[in-house]
Parts: sequence; structure tokens; C-alpha cells
Amino acid sequence: MSPVFLAQVVDLLSALVLLLGFGLLAQRRIYALLHLFAWQGLFLAANTAIVAYGAGVRHLYFSALLTLVMKVALIPYILHVLIQRMKIERDVETMVNVPLTLLIGIALVVLSYNVMSPIQEFSTLMTRSTLAIALATVMLGLLMMITRRHAVAQVIGFLAMENGLFFAATSATYGMPMVVELGVALDILIAALIFGVFFFQIRTTFESLDLSKMARLKEDVGE
Amino acid sequence: MIFAPELLASPTPIFLATLAVSLWLAGTLLVPVLARRPVWLIRSAFSLATLGSALAAVGGAWAVAAAGNEAIVLPIGIPELPFHLRLDPLAGFFLVVIGAMGFFTSIYSLGYVRGIAERRPVGGLVLFFLLFLAGMGLVVLADDAFLFLVAWEGMTVSSYFLVVFEHEQTANQKAGFLYLLMAHVGAITILLAFGVMAAFATGLTSFEGYAFDAMRRADIAPGWATAAFLLALFGFGLKAGIVPLHVWLPEAHPVAPSNVSALMSGVMIKMAIYGIIRVTFDLLAAIPWWWGALVLALGLVSALMGVLYALMQHDLKRLLAYHSVENIGIILIGIGLGMTFHAFDLPELAALGLIAGLYHTLNHALFKGLLFLGAGAVQHATHTREMEALGGLIHRMPWTAALFLVGCISISALPPFNGFVSEWLTYQAFLLSPSLPSTLLNILVPIGAAGLALTSALAAACFVKAFGITFLGQPRSRHAQNVSEVGITMRIGMAGLALACLLLGILPATLIDWLDVIPRQFVGAGIAESASSHGWLWLTPIAPERASYSGTIVFLGIGAIIGLTWFALHGRRHRAPRRGPAWDCGFEKMTPRMQYTATSFSMPIRVFFGALFKIRERSSPMHVHRHAAFPERVSYSLHVDDRFWGWIYKPVSDAAFWIARLTTRIQGGRIQVYLIYSFLTILVLLIFGR
Repeated sequence: MSPVFLAQVVDLLSALVLLLGFGLLAQRRIYALLHLFAWQGLFLAANTAIVAYGAGVRHLYFSALLTLVMKVALIPYILHVLIQRMKIERDVETMVNVPLTLLIGIALVVLSYNVMSPIQEFSTLMTRSTLAIALATVMLGLLMMITRRHAVAQVIGFLAMENGLFFAATSATYGMPMVVELGVALDILIAALIFGVFFFQIRTTFESLDLSKMARLKEDVGE
Repeated sequence: MIFAPELLASPTPIFLATLAVSLWLAGTLLVPVLARRPVWLIRSAFSLATLGSALAAVGGAWAVAAAGNEAIVLPIGIPELPFHLRLDPLAGFFLVVIGAMGFFTSIYSLGYVRGIAERRPVGGLVLFFLLFLAGMGLVVLADDAFLFLVAWEGMTVSSYFLVVFEHEQTANQKAGFLYLLMAHVGAITILLAFGVMAAFATGLTSFEGYAFDAMRRADIAPGWATAAFLLALFGFGLKAGIVPLHVWLPEAHPVAPSNVSALMSGVMIKMAIYGIIRVTFDLLAAIPWWWGALVLALGLVSALMGVLYALMQHDLKRLLAYHSVENIGIILIGIGLGMTFHAFDLPELAALGLIAGLYHTLNHALFKGLLFLGAGAVQHATHTREMEALGGLIHRMPWTAALFLVGCISISALPPFNGFVSEWLTYQAFLLSPSLPSTLLNILVPIGAAGLALTSALAAACFVKAFGITFLGQPRSRHAQNVSEVGITMRIGMAGLALACLLLGILPATLIDWLDVIPRQFVGAGIAESASSHGWLWLTPIAPERASYSGTIVFLGIGAIIGLTWFALHGRRHRAPRRGPAWDCGFEKMTPRMQYTATSFSMPIRVFFGALFKIRERSSPMHVHRHAAFPERVSYSLHVDDRFWGWIYKPVSDAAFWIARLTTRIQGGRIQVYLIYSFLTILVLLIFGR
């Protein structure tokens, strides 16, 4: 396959990752969020594998496999089990002003392209055009964490942000060193488990996973 | 590399020193292995500590005697940043302090920790005791800022865990927290001081300047040198317990187990003295006269305030801890005089000041170690440190009493023991100050000498109180009854220190001969030639016609008088002396409560210096019958607090709380808002940080 064709495929997959980022931003149902997240992971893994093939970087295959196992299978499974156990599958979030959120998201993408343009000029990697998308994915994940009130949605936002970071590493330098990547993967796995514990704790303390209830934790200074 | 076989056949001082540190560190491995057999753990670990300490002392003494200056580089630590070790005479001297104290304290611990092991697990105590020794050993061996700070923090953290060893007590937790907090502030300023010097050594782009050698060669601008000196003085002063940075010391030292208190008071705070000497005389080298004057002034204030606060204490170990503040002050007086003389290019006098400071460093380590071990023995036997509950222990613990008395005489600077020699040398340095070419100093220094004299007198009064209330008279509570003498290892540890105090007191000229290489290294002159010009018997620091002292002859004289008196009393009489109750003026209802108490003994001084303390005294009669003149009971409470707490620390902590309260305004309690803070930060950085 020609390099040009591979670059096109990479661009397509990146576009899908970004699209899923927007999807995560707008989706209200918990299960659907989970599915979108898994799809994002799948496209990310495919993207990584193609970059590995195109650039001939052996260890990226491993990263792709890791992404596939962790973000497409394991973490969605853990979250799925958590959602079932806690019987929150019916929860539908009330979100303020989805269109506005999406508009902010678009502005972030534009900003990302703007910020990344100097780097793209200097880079010679086949992934240079995706760097801006990677940054945008990070920003969209953060935006999702800001706009959501449900704890599970927050966690998915956080994981989407991590997807963006991984994506950025692949686009900028063909991935991080293997050691770092393994460490990050382990961290994410542990984080998912800890989130599970927190869900239960938050639920028992506040009888809800709505994080706005946590405002009660604020220290009362009593000036 | 350094453990090559041929070194075992012909070891060098630094080999012995590193072997000692390795032994201390290796001892920590015994803790998990023997966790279930505390008796064996105590025996093996403290034997190893004793052996390591002996090696350290021998290696250090050898390095001083041979004027050696060996350096090795260990390729461990962070890549590209190897550890540099060096054993020069100054490091050797402080290694002797660590080794000697470690040796006797470890022997003592063999018995003392057994007593603790009956009540609670001692694995942590053994572990951190060994790490503490190793940390201190590495502090003096370090020849780069990196290893120095690693060792320094290792020493701090392990001593923190020793302070909070009995962590269920609130006093220990508070003292530990205060200690840790202040030690970290100090470590930061030390780090900054090294940073300034390293920056001038090789610039900010390279890490090569972190080696002390590079700092020695650096050409530091005077302003920055002053900044480095002040930062270092603050950081080391915190550890040393210079007034007003001393507040952690009387809290932390008493609550640690007594063998640890002995090491903390005897050795750890000396590491700060080492740091001050190393930074000023060695690394910065060019010393303006006012640095010396500042150290001198701080020393004087510390000495005087330390002893005055010590007099107000009725907790035996707290009293000793305040005396550490006092003695650090005396050491700094010697070193400050040395710096001043050095700045005015008077090398012999600078050498005298430096030697006086170093001599007192060693002396204080020995007698303060002895006193803390003695206090530990008292606590071990009576389970209290409260002097008001003690009394009459001399009959039940004669060994401890006699050895504690030796410590008291030494610290009170009375001949023939060692404290006298070093304070006498400090006075000699003071008396030579008229040769200074500065009128201001010529006026101020005699005041300092007078202050030192007052300090010595007050210290003597304080130890009359400490010894008298604790060991003499009648038991003041049931704590002091039914006690028995401590075990043989504890007595050996204390006796060894007492003997060392005596030897350093009667052989000063020999010791100064040995020490002389250190001032030669830093100020280019020594005093050994003039000091021992009349042989080992006479100490003549500058010239025999000026001043001379012979500890040996004083010792023999005192011994002869005691012998003659004893002979006169007991020699010719054949019947045993009759023992009877003390004369009670016919009152016949004497109770132990009629004795002097620690509080009443120090009352005149409390009244006289009242302005310096924060005193809350309350006395109210209770159960008054018929007339106010016949109360059945009187309740009396007295709190004497450190004024510095209110002057310096309270405002700082209040300000910290105030700032913290300001930041709560941005604490809305909503996660989303916090996330927006990060989000906006990232956006701003992305947009404007390009």
C-alpha cells in the first residue's frame, strides 16, 4: 500500500475519533456513552496499528494491541459491570444546552488546529496532520468533564482525555517508549478500579452519582 | 570498587568510614529477619551498631591524625550524578563525634531497648536508629550537595520517626509534626544556599557545580556569598536550635526514647555545626567580619536564653534539651570568634576560636549524651521524667547517680572535667579580642564574655537543681520508691562516656595536638605549638605567661583532697557510722513535701528574669475554714512558656491560616468549577504560551 493511501486512512480514522469525541459530548444515555467510548478506542487502536505498519515502528503494534485490550474490552467491561451492579442504566442526564456545548467544542477544534499549525509545518511524520485532532480530543474530553454532572460520565470524559493523550503521543513521536506506555496502561486500569470504588462510596454517601451534590463537602469557613 | 580485597589488608580511613556506614545500613536488614525475636534483634542490631560506630570513630580519628584528605566517587544515585565522598580532617572529627556517641549509646541501648521491648514492638526503633546513624555518617562524608541533602533528609526523617516512636501520645505527634515542618523549612534554605554556590561554580545550565570541589573553586560575588551564608545559617540554625529557631528542640528531644535523645542532642544538632563550618570556612572561604559577629551574637543569645529556659523546666529531659540550646550557643561563640578573627587576618586567634568551638562540640556530645542516657536510666527505672515526682534516687541507683553527677559537673564547666577546658578556651579567645582592629567589636566582645560567664553560672545552678531534685532528698512520689539500679549494659554505656569526659578534661593538650590540623586546613595556622609547648601536662593556648591550665594536676589535687577527707573521716575510726533521721528542728512531722521542689528552687531566677518568660502563675486557697489564713489546701499552677512562640511563630502561623482562608474563596465545592480552572489555564497557555 502506498504511503499516501495510508496517510489518507490515518486521516479518516482520526476524523472518526474526533467525531466520536463530539458524540461523547452530546450523548445522554450512559450505555450509549460507553459504546461510543469503546468505538473511539477501537478506531484509536486501528489508527495506531496503521501508523505502526506505515512507519515500520514495531513497538506500536504492541501499543495498538494494548489499546484494543484495555480501552475496547477491559475498561468498558468494568464500567459496564459497575453500571449494572449499581442499577444506574436508566439514568438519563439532564444537560444544559447541548448545542452551546457543541459550539464550544468546534471552537476548541479550530483553536487546536491554529495552535498546532507551526508544529505541523516542521514535522515530517506521516501522522503530522492528526496532531491537531489529538489535541482537540484532549480538549473535548476535558470539556465533557466540565459539562457533565454524572460521575460515570465524568470518568468516561477522563478516559476520553487519556485517549487523546495517547493519540497525541502516536501522532507527535510515533508513541511513547514502551515502558511509559505500559505504565500508563496499568495506571488507567487501576484508575478504572478505583473509580468503581469511588462510585460506590459516592453513592452511599450522597445517595446519588450526581456530582453537584458534592458541593456539600465544601468546608464551612464561617467568616 | 572500594571494597577491593587489598583494602582489607591495608585499610584507609575512608574505607573504615564507608564500611561503618555500610554496617549500619546492613543492620537494617536484620529488622524484618528477626521481627519475631525482639531479644535477638536487639542484641544483633545494636552489636552491629556498636561495631560500626567503633569503626567510624577509628576511621575519623585516623583521618584527623594523618591529616588525610581522601575522596572517592560512588557511581550510584541518579545517572550522571554520582555520589562524591571525602574524608578530610573536619569530616573525620565529626565522624569521631558520631562514632564515639554511637558506640556508647549502642551499648546502652542493648539494655535500654530491652526494657521498651517488654511494652511494645521495637522493630521501628531499631531500624530508624541504624538509619539515623548512617544518615549522620553520610552527612559528614558527603562531598557534593546532592548526597549531602539526601543524607541530611535521611537523618531528619529517621529522627522524625524516632521522635514519634510512641506515636499514640499527643505530645509526641505534635512535637514530631513541628520538628518535621521546621526541618523541612531548614532543608529548603540549605538547598537554596547550595544552589547559589553551585550557580556561581558552573552556571545554571550544568549540574557539575553540585560537587563541593566546584563550589570551593567558584568565585562568588560578595552579595550572593552573603545570601548563601545567611540561607545556610538559617537552615543549619534551625537544626542546631539557635534561638529563636529552637522551639522544636525542647518539644522533640524529650519525647524520643532516651538513647535517641542522646544521639539527637549529642550528635545530630552538631551536624548543623558541621554544616556551618563547612559552608563558611571551606566552601565560601572569604568571610566578612560581620558574619562572625552575627554568629557570635546568635551564639550569645542562644546560650543565655537556653540556660534561662532550662532553669524553668521541671521535666528532666526537657531541661536537658534546653541546655542543648545553651551549649550550641557556646559552640557558636567559639566559631563566631574564629570567623571574626579570621576576617581580620589573625590566624592564631582564629585557630583558637575554632578549636574552642570544636572542642566544645566534642565535649557537649559526650556529656549531653551521658546526661540523656542518665535521664533515660531514671525514666527506665521510675517511668517518669517529672522531677517533682523524683528524689532520693542516689540511694537506690548509686551508679546512675554518680555517672549523672559526672555529666552535671562537666556541663557546668567545673574542673577537672572536659566542659571546663573548652569554655576556658572560649574565654581565652574572648580575652584576646582587644587585638581586633574594630572599635565596635572591642566594645561588644567584653559584654559577650560577661554573658558567657553569666551563662556558665546559671548552668551550674540549673544542674544543682537537676541533680539535687532528682537524686538527693526524699522520694517525692511513689514513682521514686521501690526502684532498682539499671542493667549492666546501660551502666557500661554511661560509664564509658563519663570516663571520656574525664580524659578529655585532664588531657587537653594531647587532644588539641590532634585537633590542630583542622584550623591549619581552614585558617592557615594552629595553636598546637604554643598550646602544648610545656608538654602534655600543661595547656597554654597562646603563651604560658598569659594563661595555663593543667587538668591532670587539678584532678590529682581534687583526688588528694577527697582522699584525705575520706581518710580523716573514716580512716582511724573503727566503728561504723551511725545512721539516723535527718535533723528536723524538733518538728517531728517532716514529709517529703517539705523539700525544695524544682519550681521553688528556680523561683529567684524566675522572678529576676521574669520579663523574659511568659509566666502564668495562679495560687488560690481551697476549702477555707473560718478564715482565709487557714486554707486546708492551696492549689498552685505555674506555666512558663517560651516568649518566642508568641513573638515569631504565632504571627507566622496566623498569617499562613489567613492566606489559606483567602484561598477558600475559590473553593466552590463543584468539581466542574475546578475543572474549568484547569481548562482555562490550558487554554491560556495554549493561546499565549506559543
